[in-house]
Order: sequence, then structure tokens, then C-alpha cells
Amino acid sequence: MAEEMRIVLRNYGKIDPLKIEDYLAQGGYKALEKARSMGQAALIDDVKKSNLRGRGGAGFNCGMKWSFAASATADQKYVICNADEGEPGTYKDRLIMENDPQSLLEGMAICAYAIGANQGYIYCRGEYPQVIEILNQAIDQAKAQGLLGDFDIEVRSGAGAYVCGEETALIESIEGSRGEPRFKPPFPPVQGLWAKPTIVNNVETFANIPVIVDKGGAWYADIGNPAYPGTKVFTLTGDVNNRTFFEVPTDTTIRALVFKFGGGIRGGKKFKAVQIGGTSGAFIPESLLDTQVAFDAMSAIGATLGSGATFVLDETRDLVDVSTRIAKFFEHESCGKCAPCREGTARMHELMKKLNEGKGSSKDVALLEKLGRVMSYSCLCGLGQAAPAPVLTTIKHFPADYNAKLM
Amino acid sequence: MEMVKIIINGKEVEAPAGSTVLQAAELAGIEIPRLCYDPELSALGACRLCVVEVSGNRLLPASCVTPVFQGMVIETESDSVVEARKTILELLIANHPLDCMTCNKMGACKLADYCYKYGVKESPFAGEKHIYSIDDSNPFIIRDLNKCILCGACVRACEEMTGKDNLSYLNRGFNRKATTAGDVPYIESDCVFCGQCVAVCPTGALTEKSMAGLARRWEIERVQTTCPFCGTGCNFDLAVKDEKVIGVLSNPDAPVNGRSLCVKGRFGWDFIYNEKRLKTPLIKRNGKFEEASWDEAYDLIAQKFSEVKTKYGPDSFAALSSARCTNEENFLVQKFTRAVMGTNNIDHCARVCHAPSVAGLANSFGSGAMTNIISEVTNEAELLFLIGINPTEAYPVVGYKMRQAHRHGCKLVVCDPRRTELAAEADIWLQQRHGTDIPLLNGLMHIIIKEGLEDKNFIAERTENYEAMKALAAEYTPEHVSEITGVSVEDLYRVARLYATTDKAMAFYSLGITEHICGTRNVMSIANLAMLTGHIGRPGVGVNPVRGQNNVQGACDMGALPNVYSGYQSVTDQAIREKHEKVWGAKLPDKVGLKIPEMFEAAHEGKIKAMYILGENPILTDSNVNFIKEALEKLDFFVVQELFLTETAEFADVVLPAASFAECDGTFTNTERRPQRVRKAIQPLPGQANWETICQMVTRMGYPMSYNHPSEIWAEMASLSPSMAGISFERMEKESVHWPCPSPDHPGTPILHIGKFTRGLGGFQPNEHIPPGEMPDADYPILLCTGRIMQHYNVTTQYSPGINSVWDKEMTQVHPQEAEKLGLVTGSRMKVSSRRGSLVTNVWVTDRVQPGVIWMAHHHSETPTNEVTSHHVCDIAGTYEYKVCAVKIENVQEVG
Repeated sequence: MAEEMRIVLRNYGKIDPLKIEDYLAQGGYKALEKARSMGQAALIDDVKKSNLRGRGGAGFNCGMKWSFAASATADQKYVICNADEGEPGTYKDRLIMENDPQSLLEGMAICAYAIGANQGYIYCRGEYPQVIEILNQAIDQAKAQGLLGDFDIEVRSGAGAYVCGEETALIESIEGSRGEPRFKPPFPPVQGLWAKPTIVNNVETFANIPVIVDKGGAWYADIGNPAYPGTKVFTLTGDVNNRTFFEVPTDTTIRALVFKFGGGIRGGKKFKAVQIGGTSGAFIPESLLDTQVAFDAMSAIGATLGSGATFVLDETRDLVDVSTRIAKFFEHESCGKCAPCREGTARMHELMKKLNEGKGSSKDVALLEKLGRVMSYSCLCGLGQAAPAPVLTTIKHFPADYNAKLM
Repeated sequence: MEMVKIIINGKEVEAPAGSTVLQAAELAGIEIPRLCYDPELSALGACRLCVVEVSGNRLLPASCVTPVFQGMVIETESDSVVEARKTILELLIANHPLDCMTCNKMGACKLADYCYKYGVKESPFAGEKHIYSIDDSNPFIIRDLNKCILCGACVRACEEMTGKDNLSYLNRGFNRKATTAGDVPYIESDCVFCGQCVAVCPTGALTEKSMAGLARRWEIERVQTTCPFCGTGCNFDLAVKDEKVIGVLSNPDAPVNGRSLCVKGRFGWDFIYNEKRLKTPLIKRNGKFEEASWDEAYDLIAQKFSEVKTKYGPDSFAALSSARCTNEENFLVQKFTRAVMGTNNIDHCARVCHAPSVAGLANSFGSGAMTNIISEVTNEAELLFLIGINPTEAYPVVGYKMRQAHRHGCKLVVCDPRRTELAAEADIWLQQRHGTDIPLLNGLMHIIIKEGLEDKNFIAERTENYEAMKALAAEYTPEHVSEITGVSVEDLYRVARLYATTDKAMAFYSLGITEHICGTRNVMSIANLAMLTGHIGRPGVGVNPVRGQNNVQGACDMGALPNVYSGYQSVTDQAIREKHEKVWGAKLPDKVGLKIPEMFEAAHEGKIKAMYILGENPILTDSNVNFIKEALEKLDFFVVQELFLTETAEFADVVLPAASFAECDGTFTNTERRPQRVRKAIQPLPGQANWETICQMVTRMGYPMSYNHPSEIWAEMASLSPSMAGISFERMEKESVHWPCPSPDHPGTPILHIGKFTRGLGGFQPNEHIPPGEMPDADYPILLCTGRIMQHYNVTTQYSPGINSVWDKEMTQVHPQEAEKLGLVTGSRMKVSSRRGSLVTNVWVTDRVQPGVIWMAHHHSETPTNEVTSHHVCDIAGTYEYKVCAVKIENVQEVG
């Protein structure tokens, strides 16, 4: 049975986050030094070798992404850390930033060196003012020590829009425009912030980097599920005994997460479902709990890893009611740019409300399935594509909940 | 071009690398439905109707923003694609009033077209619908956002075509709304009513108010024609239903403007149905006009003109032709004046605007027109150097293009005493004092020469008289120039270096340069600067006078000038004269005729006894009009051919009713030397076209003038004019070419002076500073400058009910400093007096003008600006100095 393994949370509780000396005493910024001595190409190769895949949810190979930006010719490149941690039930990035901000800065600085950028941004969730304060102090300390060299980092605050966690909406927001996603391609590593090559990585991804550089890509690639190696931080909420966080290797199963680390269901009740990855995550039934918490393994069961939010529901929960609330959330958070999301999230909420109130029929369920299907493959960005997942997966795995409410 | 092989719907086709799937499909003859895609606007990828299936992609990508790649396999109508499209349409119509039967867009609505195609009759998504109030508070556009599908075309058109940025999105998600700042009605917003938003809207959300309820879209006959207002040469379609013009529709094939228009072009056409239009000839009897038959009018005219000619000689007659009228009409008027009346006393309103350009550029380069073309603003130029030109108001579509260029990285320098829109947006704005253009330009040349930035090869190979230029420029040190112009030394250096070192620097100017006592010298000074830096004879450079009237270029080209026949052939050249005499069968005068100001002086002195004026209104538009009124009163006989009983027509003995641009066939030549067709859309209101009237009048005088169609008039002109010999009506149907075009197989000449100037070597014409003829003094302490505003054209728009309902009066710009001294606020009444006259006007307090300066337009007869403007004229071209005179202003507390 898997054990917890702390890579990104390696300094959690061990250092004073506002004292850079503590971070340095743990070997901090040695990796940056090493990276600079390796040269850009070798560095990127090693990150590729680690097979580290983005921890923001899309699971793209990190070293590959960097190589696109590195090979692009431009007078200016940017590194952006996506710290707009808006996914309900998720606080892994906050843990890292509050407890070990320098590991994030070091990871960004290594990336900046790798691609040839000298300006970085941390786009931090607006509801985290204390984190912004910590980050600014940490940046000042790193600069005062001369550790960042010519790399400058600026913290930008989000303003509460969920969609700004989508990398191109985030870029628009930094540019001062409405936070709305762009169509892709072009992808940010080719044309991102102010149309310059830009790497956008999640906090957790960057926090992995110093360790990978320090111990080598091969070491990292050996941890957990080979297709999605390393660890992943999960934050457990809902009807689970241990409502807390765990960093586990990616070959851990959902069952272990819920029952071993989570300590099982509260009040001696039975497990009903778990939603992993945040609001847009799939609802997973008991029968699929032996899936590993790795990107492709999750995809294979029609689920995602997302942010690692793990929302556990016991046998008493009504999934139609839960999905209705989620549909309302997406109606509220749709930016409105593309037609299927703007109109679709609103209609999805209307239909779910109707069903939840006992006024719906099987025709409405069928319409929801069609709408969800169309949204999932025709919306402009991940928000609209993922928004129907809770509805579609509850219809699929928990039809009894729906049938109970049909007219 | 690199091509890639792709498979669309099972068919292998080639597509240019980098093109989108949608474009590739179009090339393969496959139409993919789209709502937000518009080839003239930036891609948005938001309606998602254009999604397609691509092998290997788990999503359905939007074809409008997805590039093709080698081996790409695409299905444009697969089951999942069709399901997505139908569902998106169902979602859109769930929030759409399905009142298609009364919708003004019915027949041209893309949403309806696609619902039809995919059989979407109703939406299964019943639920909340938006209920927005309809914005019809303005005279031009009905804005029904209930029908908006949020494709964002209007937002992008406003930003990208016009650059007004008046529209954006409000709210998020389902409540997203494309609207004005503060969600106010158009009329209360910064909207300039160019109507580009209407032109691009795919549904009934934005429609032309004038057409509401008058015609289904398929009943509209579209007649492509050329705009009758400024000289840009925009084309559009007149929308005609049952022999009546009901509106203007953009025509994407318009060569100069595409779908862009300005408020005048799109909405100013309604003057043609103004109730004040003249429909029958008028003869003044005992001081009062009485309706008369055409025969009575012609008989009287023939008798009187003949009498004057016999009694006082040919030179006692003078004619004014018009930059508003077609080339063919202008050609006939000058032919009549020369061949029938026997005098070269023919001129037109180019005299009061761009005569200095014709004279100045002829001196410097050998021909007096724009050296380059408008499309180079966006396609070629790296720097736009504007001096004395306010494009976004006077030539809006040119101004919009300049703004587009600037937003795409082209540098913009504006020299203007007044803070125009583009001055405010420019990289560098030089706010020179009024009437100090020559020292400013000499100062720039001084710096360029001092720093060795001049184009030595160009100067050596292509020009003459450089040493004199250099000697004169040496006197204009930056410090000295700064003192005269008020421009800082630092800015002089910045602009001089930027202009000299930018490879493609394009100079534009207009009446701020020409309407000065030194207008022609101002023009030549710009030419000097361009030659000094080699900015001539290539794409993206040149000296470009933008002309203010629809056919001012053409009226000059046609020889409605006292010194030249059509094609700028001198009347004093014997061979040319003989060529014309042979074709026209008449003995022609060999003496250069009178210019407009000279005509009125001669009338004053009793030397001019009779006049004929076609389509001009000098009493509103010429300077020092009290003098002109006295001159007209002294005439023995005066004929005006006009649309309306204008201020000038009131003085006539006979008024002939004229036909508007919508009622005549013919051509206008735009500011780029590009003749374009004007097409008859409706029957002439007076019963006949202007060319017919002129022919009948002249025939009655004993000179048979007869053509079957204006194309025959053009053909006669072309046969006499080598520079236009290659252009015919037939050719204009197929392509749009720029003269010089000497033969039918010649491609035309977009760029002048390539390799060689028209005059051979370009001539530097050094000019000293000449201060304005009249400057403020103790008695008249304020400087008055005049010009045009965006909503109005010099004349005619005052007869447009729509435009007049938005902007119906003069608002004189007064600097807050003067306003405070006199206790004036915006809306106050103010008396403006000069040594020549006075008027009472309305005040607009604004710092667009400098302290000590007021600025007036000349559009409204209630505030006849030109009763106070200067009597000084350019000594070479005879153009009035409209831009500077001395006035005093007083606060008038008027009751009521």
C-alpha cells in the first residue's frame, strides 16, 4: 500500500516561509545554480526525461512545453505561474505558497533560464491576499540575495473569475483585458502574453522543478505511475473522516486515497461517490475506485485528475441536487464568449433545476445528455468543455438518483 | 506559396499552408456555416457554428481559427458536427424573438439561413429570455439586442474598422451584452454613426432605420455607386425599392473602402428627398421667382447670354462648374464656356480648397495630385506624417484607415494647431501656431541636412535647385523655428529624425496647408521635405493632398479651370488649342481666364456681366461673402443650376433644377486619381439629368450639343486627354484604374513619379515664412480658424433630415480661457465680428483649440462663417485664407 511522499511539500512545517535563510539551509537555490551550469538544452532534456506533466489539470509534458518556448525566437519571453486556485475544494497551491514560496520562485527561475525569459508573473487568486503578501516578501528576499539574477517576478491578483484559471483568460487578464479565453492555436509557448512566447505552469508543477533538477529526471520518472510519474497533492473534503491534504505517488488508487488516507466515510455510512479534480470533475462510483490517480488512468474511466480536489459523498447524498448546484456554479462562471457555453450552461442549470424540483421527465434527461455532449466537444475552452462532466457522469453512474425525481 | 494536402469530406485537396480549415474548405467549394467569422475582422472563434471534425482530435475545433496541416482529415458535415450545429442553433434561438415575419433583416439573416439549412424550427430549450428595450433613439440605426447572438462583429467593427472603440461587452455569461460604455443608447454614446456595426451584423440586431418596413431584403434592388460627399471615393449600394432610394448598403467589393463608410455616406443620402428639392425651372420676375417651363428658361438664357456676349465681349461671361458634379457635367460646362461663350473664365471650387496643391505640386513635381494611393496607408506605410489635415472628420474613411495603420504599428506624426482626434492619438503631435507651416517644414529640413540624414543620391539624381534650398534651410535653426512655431526644439529633432530615417514615410496634408495666403508655398515646402529625404516615387511614401469633395479631382481633370483643358493641357498651347478647335468646331480663346476671386472682383467692377453656376454655393462656402453678394447683385444676368434654392441661387435670374447623384449616370474621380462610376438609381426628380439640361441649354444657344449617354461625353474627353485616353466606361465596369492611363492596355498609374518626375527633375522651391494676411490685433484680438466637422459636408448635408437631427447647428470651439473671460459656457450665444462682417453663433467650450483661438465650421446658413473670414488670397493659386483671420468675440445674452 502506498505511503505519503512529499516532494512539493518537502519543506512543509520545516521552515519559516518568510525566512529565505531557512530555504537556503534546506539546499534551496542549489538547483537553480545547477540548472544554470547545465545549459539550457541539457536542462530541458532532463525535465523532459522526468516526464513531469502539468499539475494544473491538463497533464501536458512540462519539458516539451518548455522546449517550444525555448526554440521560439522572440525579443521577449515570459514565465507565468498560474496561482489562480479557484477550484472549489482545492488548496494545494495555497499550501505551497504559504509554506514554501521560495520553491515556487526557484522553479520559475529555472524555467526562465531554460526558455530565456527575464520577466515572470504570478497570477494569484484574489481571495488569497495573505498569500500575495507572502509572495511579495519572498520575491523581495530572493532579489535582495541576488538569487534571481536578471529574472524579475511580479505578482498579479485575480478578481474572482473562475475562468481566469484558464491559461489564455489569465493572460488576457494580465494584459488588462476582460478575462476571456483565446482560441488555440496559437498556444502560449508560441504566442502568449503580449503575443510573446510564454510558459504558463501551475504552482505545483513549478514546485517540483527544483527537486527534479537536483535529483535528476530519471529519479523522478521512477516515482509512481510511469505514464504520469511523481506525486500529486490531494485535498479531501466532504463525507470523509480525514478532511485534509496528502501528497502521494501517482500509483496510489482512489480507494486508498479515500479509505486509507481519508480514513473512510464519516459516521459509519457507506460510500456513494467521489468527485476528483474540482467542480468539473467526474463523479466516480464505487466500482471504479481501484483506478490509479494518474492522468491517463483517470481519463480511461472518463474522469480527470484536475486540481486534485477530492470530494467524497456518502450514501445519503442526492446527486441530482449536488449536480444542480454545480450547474448553477458554471452558469455563473461562464464568461459568455462562446455560444455553447454561454447559452448551454444557463440551459443546463435550468434543466437540472427542473429535474431537481421533480418537474422533469426522461426527455429532459436525454436533452441534458445531448447538450452536455455538444458542449464537451464544441466549447471554446476547458470551462465549457468540462462543465457538463458532473451532469453527464451522474446520469451515467447514478441513474437511480434521476429516476427517483422524474415526473 | 507552400501548399499542404488535406482531405475534406473524403476529397483530397491542396490548401495554402497557414490557412484555416474554413478558408481551405472555401477554396475547395465547401461552405462551412459561420456567424462570428468575418474576413475583414479579427478572428474570434466564438460562435462555434463552424466546428468540424478532425481525425485524431477528440474535440470539434472551430474551423475559422484552426490552421490546416499536412495530411489533415476533415469532415465538415459529420453526425457529431451536425448535432453540434443544430444544438447551438437551438440554443441561440431559445434566446431570440422569433418574429422573423416582421424582422427587417428577414432574407439577409444568417441565423435564419442556418436554421433553414439544418431544419431547426423551434428550440427544445425553453426558459429565460432576455428582454431588452429597443434602442431607436437615433435617426439612423435600430438596435434590438434581443436579436443579438453575441457574435461580436459590431464590437470588432467599431474597434478595428473605425477605431472608435465605442462598443464592448457588458456582464458575463448568459447576461453578456454587446453594448456601449455604460449601456447607454447610441445617441448618448461616443458613436460616430459610421454604421459599420450595421454592415457586419449577421442578424436583425442592428438594422438601417430608413428601411424599416419598406422592403424585404430580396425586394431591394442594389445599385452600386460612388459617394457624393468627400473625395475618398467610397463606393456603396443604393438600396432601391419601387423606384425609390430607401437606404445605403455596404458593398464589400468597393475598391477604396470595402464595407466602411462614414455617417455622411451611409446616412446622408436622404437629402435627395428633401421637400425643398427644385423640380421645375424658376425665372425671377419683379424680384420673385416664378415657376417656368424648360423652354421658357432656355429661351431666356440663350437670349441673355448671347446679348451679353455680343454687347460686352466673350470675357464678360464667367462660369463656375462644380466639384460636386460628375466629370461629364464638368466637361460639358467648360466646353460650353470655351466653345460657345468663347472665354476661359471657367473655374470651380477647387479654387477655394486645393488649387494650391494643383499649382504647388505642378511646380515641384510636374503634376498636382496625390502621388500615392490610400491603400498604402494600411498596406505599406511605416510612418504617416500629417500636416494640416483632420482625416477622421473631413475624410473619415481615410482617417479610419490611418487609425488602423497606427494601431498596427505604423508611426503617426500629426502637425496641427488644433487637437484633432488623430493629433490626440499620435506618437508625436506638433502643435504649431496657426500659419507657421513653412518655418516648421524648413526647420525640419534644417535638422535633416545638419545631421546628414538627407537622401544624397535622390537629391543628386532626381532633383534640381538643391543648393538654394540648402541655403535657405540653413537660416531656419531649430531655436529660431521653435520661437516662430511654438514647437519645442526637442520635438523638432524627434520628428525630423523619424521622418528622415523611416524608409516608408507617407505625407498627407489638406486644407490646413492650402487655405493660407502662402498656400501654394506651403504645398511646395512639403514637396521639398519629401524630395530631401527621397520619399517620392515608391510605395508607402509621397506627398498626398487628400481632397475634400467627391469630384474635386475630376472637376480639375476635366478642365473646369481657367488655364487648362481636360488632362491639364494648357489653353495657351497652340497645338492643343487647335486639337480642341477641330473636335469642337469652334474658335477657342487663347488667354488664360479668371479665377473665382478675380471673377467676383471683375463683377464688382462691372467687367463680368453674366454668370452661370452649376452646383456651387459660394455665398456659404467662399470667403468674405458680403463682397461676393455685392458682386452677384451687379450682374446683368445670372443662371444657377442647383438641387435647392441655395443662398447663391437666391441671387439668380434663372434657376434650373438639378438632379442628384442618385439620378444621374456618370463618373466621379476620387482623390487618388481614380475615376469611378456613378449610377442612376432612380428617375431624376426634375425629369432629366444634368448633362441633358446642359446640352439642351447650349443647343438652344445655337451650338448643337448632343450625346446619347454620359459614356459618350467621357469618350470625347478621353480622346482629347492623353492622360486619361486609356479609361472608358466599359473598362470602369471591369476594373478601377488610376490616371495617368494613356492607352486601353495600360494598367494605370497608382504611384506617380517612379524613376522620373512628370516635370523631369523634381524642383526644390525654397520658401521664406509668410505670416497670415491678417493677425489678431488690439481691435480684433482673437484668431479665427475654420474647417469641416465630421457630421457635415460643406453643403447638402444640411438638407439631410437624419444628419440635421443629430447636428443641426454651428458649435464654435472656444478655449476655456476666453470662455471664462467672457462668461461663456457651452451653449452660450456669442457674437463674432471681423472687419468684414459679423454673426451670432453657439459656443462649445473646449481645449481642442489654443488659447486666443476660436474655430468654426461653415456648414450652416444661420451662422454664415464666411461673412467674417479673410479677404486675403494665396498669391499664386488665388485660394482664400480661410484658416486665419482676426475677429473679436462678445457674449450675447439673447432672450429666448
